[in-house]
Amino acid sequence: MRTIDQTTDEVLDLAAKHFKVKRESLAPTDDFFKKLGIDSLQALEMLTRLEHHFGIELPDYEMQGVSDFRTLAGRIQARLQ
Amino acid sequence: MVELELHRAPGNEIGLEMLEELEQFTNELDTFSREASALIIHSSLPAIFSAGADLRELYRGALPLDAAARVAGIREFLHRIHAVLNALDDTPLTTIAAVHGVCFGGGFELALTCDLIIADKMARFCFPELRLGLIPGFGGIPRLRRDLGNAVVRDLLLTGRSINAQKASGVGLVSQLAAEGEALRLARATAEQVIKFDRTTSAAAKRFLKPIPFEELRREIDLFCELSTKPAVMEGLRRFVESTDALPYLP
Repeated sequence: MRTIDQTTDEVLDLAAKHFKVKRESLAPTDDFFKKLGIDSLQALEMLTRLEHHFGIELPDYEMQGVSDFRTLAGRIQARLQ
Repeated sequence: MVELELHRAPGNEIGLEMLEELEQFTNELDTFSREASALIIHSSLPAIFSAGADLRELYRGALPLDAAARVAGIREFLHRIHAVLNALDDTPLTTIAAVHGVCFGGGFELALTCDLIIADKMARFCFPELRLGLIPGFGGIPRLRRDLGNAVVRDLLLTGRSINAQKASGVGLVSQLAAEGEALRLARATAEQVIKFDRTTSAAAKRFLKPIPFEELRREIDLFCELSTKPAVMEGLRRFVESTDALPYLP
């Protein structure tokens, strides 16, 4: 079972890779939507990639209003088997 | 085989122009079904099969009208799109939706008319209509209920969440999963297979298996029109049209 820190790291790795930003430029407390400047299509793509990577279902409303990567990681963590 | 390519930027939204083009296409379905055995519906836009009904057009069109005229306009549009979707559902051609990216609302309802859905692993399916105080209006509930268990329909409808292709495959909505960018290729390979069968036999099997739920479809139009008179609907449409949120389809 992953720890919340491991999950957060994997979310940051995935975001850096998918949005082609430097991994070092992303921090767990960064605002997910603002930092990446993502639009609605990119948000859905990210959601799908997170679901594939972690092998979970992550309903859209779990991403809605997420303030930072760590919070998002927490919501993913709650669905890990 | 025949291919129907959706290509209306930005999101293959189904508004009046798309409706007219679909009507032209379905007017030719009888001719196609004499000459072909399979139909593939796909999108040539990146990351989108169809975002659904054109809500911006709906909002702008409805704004200057009084309530009675709004409902009359909506009812007329629904009757026309239902005629198109019923024709696609009912055609003797074996129909395949090759879906990638966003397949939401009316776009999802278009895919649901097809006999098979082949989906890219990045596809997402969603019925977000409840956020506007509405239900799907293009035959979504009757067709989804015909094809899947009621519990799946309730989950999609009552939460408004989107599901990915893998989940959609798990519940029996998607017949084949494709790698990224490969849905159309797989759809064509499948069409090559289905056209090997005798056309009249395939058509007879389809007629036997896939009844069109006309009565429920009629009731859906009535319910949609009834719900559309609520003031919250125009407010929901305004919020959507003006939204800059990354998840604008959520309430």
